Amino acid sequence: MFFEEKGIYTVHEFTQAIKAVLISGNFNDVWIRGEVSNFKNHSSGHRYFTLKDKSSSVQCVMFKWYGQNLRFELEHGMKVLILGDLDVYEQKGQYQLKVRMIRPDGIGELYKAYEQLKNRLEKEGLFSPLHKRPLPAFPEKIGVATSETGAVLHDILTVLNRRYPVSVLFVPTIVQGEYAAQSIVHSIELLNRTDADLMILGRGGGSIEDLWAFNEEIVAQAVYNSRIPVISAIGHETDYTIADFVADKRAPTPSAAAEIAVPEKNELLGRISMYSNRLIQHQRRYITDRTSYVRELKKRVDLHLFRERLVNYMQYLDEIVQRQTQGIQRMIEIKRAMFSAHAGKLDAVSPLATLSRGYSIALKLPGKTLVRSVNDVEKMDEVQIIVNDGKIRCDVKDKEACIWK
Amino acid sequence: MEMSFEEKLQELESIVEKLENGQLSLDESIDLFEKGIKLVRECDANLKNARMKVEKLIEENNELRSEPCELRDTG
Repeated sequence: MFFEEKGIYTVHEFTQAIKAVLISGNFNDVWIRGEVSNFKNHSSGHRYFTLKDKSSSVQCVMFKWYGQNLRFELEHGMKVLILGDLDVYEQKGQYQLKVRMIRPDGIGELYKAYEQLKNRLEKEGLFSPLHKRPLPAFPEKIGVATSETGAVLHDILTVLNRRYPVSVLFVPTIVQGEYAAQSIVHSIELLNRTDADLMILGRGGGSIEDLWAFNEEIVAQAVYNSRIPVISAIGHETDYTIADFVADKRAPTPSAAAEIAVPEKNELLGRISMYSNRLIQHQRRYITDRTSYVRELKKRVDLHLFRERLVNYMQYLDEIVQRQTQGIQRMIEIKRAMFSAHAGKLDAVSPLATLSRGYSIALKLPGKTLVRSVNDVEKMDEVQIIVNDGKIRCDVKDKEACIWK
Repeated sequence: MEMSFEEKLQELESIVEKLENGQLSLDESIDLFEKGIKLVRECDANLKNARMKVEKLIEENNELRSEPCELRDTG
């Protein structure tokens, strides 16, 4: 066979032809398990490494735009699962894998990735207690994002219905596998557009791989950015996913999440009946108090007591009257005694007493002026003489002055 | 606008305390007592009549709607 018959490729044409065969279909979207070596995080942001196992190796490149959401950093010797498409690097004629996604492979690697992300988000403050929103005491509508199949929804609804029936807004959510993280984020965003005042993010128990979506950074960010408070209930009591750390409240199980979400109806009924009792008891006591007070008042205005008091007053009045009478009598006596004393004195100076002792009083007529001296009368004057028992009319015959003392 | 259950419960609580601590006139106390008993009845009825409603949230063309959700009996 001669080259004239078959034609001649240029290197580039050949490479192109190979490439066309290789990328035609079978090796797109493949998962490959291997170990990382020769990892180089280029300054351009693209990651280059070799994926190998005991006997083979393959070149890998993860371009910046795919690597942006990588939730951990590659390390030499790390066991990983990669999702990529076969490609040919034409300049070197090498086939290689264009990596779109890398996941840690095996429990050890998963924990490593988990620890890496957990430490970083903690530093970024996503777990801060300061950011945790208080849960509403009496939620009226509860959003539930979980799988449509499985016991989680049933468990939550059973507990809610028993404890405190509310409106529930259920968002079917993929909680495991390739599309889980995206679906969880979507559900959180949808519920944030509703009037739900609380959400439960739930998933039943499973292996760390099964729960992995809840360790994805986009889920952590969505929980962190949720407007409405989030209760996480992921896996079993001993499982702590990153979403649990970011959630406003972590519940050990979905049933426990429902218990945390709502108050207990019977406890509330008890509280209400306690209030009702206190109301009634208080009112009864109050009315009793008032009634007995009124009775007390009534007693004070009782007719019997009133009469008694009236008699008292009357007696007092009598006493006062008596005392007043006595006072007046004593005063009259004193006045009378004083009068007698004064009358006696008057008697002593009265001219009538002089007459009774034999003296007489001479008055010159007609004026009845008192005759004290011989000079008071002239011969022939008329004189009246008053004696003890009457009057004598006389004419003056003669007069003579005498010295008697 | 009707008070929420939470508001009613708080109001009831404050009425009971006011009655128990306050020096109220007979009229005031009867007034509060009646209000309190009314709230007791309402809260009680709210709780006892509460029924769970479950709806499924659906997004279509960027619009949200909800439809009644059939509760599967998983025993």
